[in-house]
Order: sequence, then structure tokens, then C-alpha cells
Amino acid sequence: MSDSSVTAGGAVADAHHEHPPYQRHHFESVDQQFDATNFAMWLFLLTEIMFFGGLFTAYLIMRNWYYPAFVEASHQLNIGWGTANTGVLIVSSFTMAMGVWSAEMRKKGLLILFLSLTFILGLAFLGIKSIEYSEKWEKHHVPGLNWSDASFLNPASDPEVHKLYPQDKPLAPDMASKTEMYFFLYFAMTGMHALHMIIGISILGFMLVRARAGAYTTGHVTYVENFGLYWHFVDIVWIFLFPLLYLISRY
Amino acid sequence: MSEHGGQAGHDEKFEQKVVEHDQEHHIVSPIIYLTILGALLVGTALTVWASYIDLGAWQIAPGLTLFWNPVVALAIACTKMTLVVLFFMHVKYSTKLTKLTVACGFFTFIALIGMTMTDYFTRAWGRW
Repeated sequence: MSDSSVTAGGAVADAHHEHPPYQRHHFESVDQQFDATNFAMWLFLLTEIMFFGGLFTAYLIMRNWYYPAFVEASHQLNIGWGTANTGVLIVSSFTMAMGVWSAEMRKKGLLILFLSLTFILGLAFLGIKSIEYSEKWEKHHVPGLNWSDASFLNPASDPEVHKLYPQDKPLAPDMASKTEMYFFLYFAMTGMHALHMIIGISILGFMLVRARAGAYTTGHVTYVENFGLYWHFVDIVWIFLFPLLYLISRY
Repeated sequence: MSEHGGQAGHDEKFEQKVVEHDQEHHIVSPIIYLTILGALLVGTALTVWASYIDLGAWQIAPGLTLFWNPVVALAIACTKMTLVVLFFMHVKYSTKLTKLTVACGFFTFIALIGMTMTDYFTRAWGRW
């Protein structure tokens, strides 16, 4: 019953120093190595939670302080694009999870397929995001660079949005100026999220090259698994950004 | 016993062997991933649908109102996050150390946000 070709289960007690090539020497077993890197990845993600947490806290406080400005400013966002992007990102999380499964099952072809799909969906997300950003630029809603209060001092001057939200009243100049704070936080939060996507897509490209060379499907799935954690974390950030920025100010 | 010789494509036996060899490292099945994908897409549809309905508000005290729309939106987002963390990120199947790490992270996050909010919302600096 000897079966030496599959050794992913870890070191056997009586096999001194016999271990798969990807097991580092300072680890007792492959399992221990996996758990240690997994733990480290989660610690990194905790620092990321704190990092985005600061932005979310700022948004919560500012929204409560300048509520009318934040409500009218968020009416500028297109719920259709936001929903589409949420769908794209959730499906990309699924394809990434399937990529991890393919690596665990040592299916090279499927791994390349799912990593490619995740890569393409990531680019699709950024594509939609760039459509939204260019809309903001055209409407002078980019704080600091290209800014105008006009849509909020006089909602009727913005017929497209005014048609969807006829209840929006003209804001007093001091409150209207606070819509810039909404857009500052909008760009800070979605921009930071997009930066994480760009980093993720770059790593996906690197992983695709390595996967084509046969990496990750030899039993050593740590890299794919931990990258998956990163990708799902970025998905979770968007799961909260979407309702907070797009949805909750309709009523 | 020769390894999956000659069989092209899907090889149930080999897959089963890989699963059995991984005693600690649990492999989550694609069926679970598909189910979670479905649940997440339903959750997304639900949160968009709910945002188009005026769910009203609860007047807790004069000057203190709780709007239900953001509460429902955040509740759905938290549910979606839990599904992603437990299944896509394998926390349900991971070691106690990982579970504790994740729990610590969320606890610290909630504590920091909670304490910040109690400070900001209880200062007597007028109404905005």
C-alpha cells in the first residue's frame, strides 16, 4: 500500500527529514508551515481592517454631521454601475475560490482558467470604476482638482439627477460646500479599494505566469490560498462600500 | 498500484486520494462555493431592492432618530461578509488559532469604532 507520489499530507513521524521540496527546514511539517503562513496572512489582513476602518469611521462621523450634504451628494452615484460592480466582484471572488480548489486538486488547466477569469473580472471592475470616475470629472465633482457646488446649490441645474430625486432641495452655501467632503471620502475609499484591486490584479498576472510553468499544482497551495484571502478581503471592503456610498441615502 | 494510469479527464479516485491525504487541510467543495455565490448574489439583489423602499424611521427620543434603511443595508452587508469569511476564506474549516485571530480583529475593530462613536455623539457641540 505504499504510495509515495502523494505526500501533501505532511511529514510522517518515522521519516527523518524526509519532506516535500517546498517545506522549509524550520517547519516540523507541511501542515505547520501552512498554518504559520495562514496566521501571518490573517495578521496582515487585520492591519488592513484597521486601515479601512479609519476611513469608514471618518465617513460615519462626517455623514452624521453633514447629513443633508451627504444625502444629496450620494444621489450623484449611479446605482446601476454600483450594482454591476458588486456582481462582478462577487463572481470574481467565486472564481478565485475555485482557483484555490483547482490548486488543491492539482488541476493545472482549471487553475489557469480560474485565475484568468479572476484577472479579467478584476479588470472589468476597474473599467466600470473608471467610467464612474470620468462622470465625476465631467460634472466637476472631483474635490480639489475639478470642483463645483452647482449641482447642490441648484439641483435643477443637474436635470439627469434631479429627475431621479425631485425631492432634493437647494442646499445653503455652507452645507453645499460640505458635499466636497462626501466626494473626498468617496474618492479616498473607492480609490484605496481600487489600488488594492490593481495590486491584486498585478499579483494575479504574476501567478498566471507561474501557474503556466506548473507552480501551485504540486501540493504547495500556500501562495494561491493566501492570495485568495487577500482577494476576498478586498471583496468584503466593497460589500460595505457599496451600500454605504450608493444605497443608504435613497431614503 | 499505478497512479491514475491512462484515464483521461475526470479522475474520481485520484481526487478522493488527494482529499484523504489532506487530513488537516480541508478542501472546500465547489458545490459549497456555488451555493455561497448564489447567496451573495441574492443578498446583493435584496440590498438594492430594499434601498428603493422607504422603510421608515424609529423616533427613539427627540432629536434621536434611527432610520431603518441603513440598518437593513448594513445587516445584509454583515451577512454577506460572514459568508465570505466562513466559506470563501475557509475560516469555518481552519485552525482555532485562525478563528481566534479573526475574532480578535473584528472585536478590536468594533471596540475602536464603538468608542469613537460614543465620544463624537455625546459631546455637547450643538447640532449639525
